[in-house]
Amino acid sequence: MKADDFLDITDVVCPITFVKIKVALEELNDGQILEVHLNAGEPIQNVPRSLKDEGHKILSVEDLGDGTFTLLVLKGGLS
Amino acid sequence: MSINYKELKKGGFMRQRQQNYFSMRLKCVGGHFTAEQLGMIQSVAEKFGKGYVHLTSRQGIEIPFIHLDDVDTVKKTLAQGGVQVGVCGPRVRTITACQGNAVCPSGLIDTQKLAAEFDKRYSGRELPHKFKFGFTGCHNNCLKAEENDMGVKGGVKPNWSAENCIFCGVCQAVCPEKAITVDKAAKSVTLDENKCVYCGKCIKSCPTDACKGESGFVVSFGGLYGNKIAVGKNFLPIIFDAEKLFAIVEVALQFFKDHAKSGERFRTMLDRVGWEKFISEVEAVANES
Repeated sequence: MKADDFLDITDVVCPITFVKIKVALEELNDGQILEVHLNAGEPIQNVPRSLKDEGHKILSVEDLGDGTFTLLVLKGGLS
Repeated sequence: MSINYKELKKGGFMRQRQQNYFSMRLKCVGGHFTAEQLGMIQSVAEKFGKGYVHLTSRQGIEIPFIHLDDVDTVKKTLAQGGVQVGVCGPRVRTITACQGNAVCPSGLIDTQKLAAEFDKRYSGRELPHKFKFGFTGCHNNCLKAEENDMGVKGGVKPNWSAENCIFCGVCQAVCPEKAITVDKAAKSVTLDENKCVYCGKCIKSCPTDACKGESGFVVSFGGLYGNKIAVGKNFLPIIFDAEKLFAIVEVALQFFKDHAKSGERFRTMLDRVGWEKFISEVEAVANES
């Protein structure tokens, strides 16, 4: 699965994490994929769920083993 | 006329350093006061007190500097605004609670409803010493359940189903107790129930609703946070039935009555009499089907 865009949110904290993702998703069309690089802790706890609640589908989550994760999100995948 | 301080204390009047003045404790359940009640409290504080109130450590309000001669008038006046006086002394005391799942996104149980029900059932019940109940809606523990003689914390037992799961591993990543193991290759998720603290982070974070659960009560006994400090102990599995919770409360209060010396706190009694006896009595009721 190839991402259409990539976003790194490891340098920000909640709620800016989610704001940045929302802005990035705005730039994509439904059906396109965003790859997100995020931190363990609060971001991994809240971000995937918030995306689901907004109608996007989480395709996969990969633990990079260094305290960060890579998330693949399908825009509008649940709506 | 001699003053019956014990009776006054029962009615929530705390004797002040200043002779014949009392700090009047108001009844409060779960930290809620209505705007109407606040209006009445304001007018009483202005007319009979010194124009201020004190917020207590257990979510209550006290009106300091009420003169002995005004006690009855103040009680009657407050009642007109729906305000009752609180309790002090050796009995079930103010019941504290967070806002719970009626308001808070983290809440797992309706702490306010429970606090009101506990107030109806147990408020003011006479005991060998004070007894405090506290309710907190989730594992974040804003209301410090384990500080109370009996604390109740909202919890949720995770129930995972393979159907929606994408084996993303978010639940494993967020579990504070490392109780969850996700095996992407084998498409399996295992939960170590002995490690689970029922915090529900796995359920809240799951992006596919593959992890759901049933909310219940995690109970602790014997907390103290005064002269002596002790953390309440939890030895029961999560309880799902409120009636079961009430049955357990009755056992605990009866045990307190039967075994404590006058003026002895619940925890001190348990440490002296032995926890084993108490645990077996509580477990007998908890395990009844």
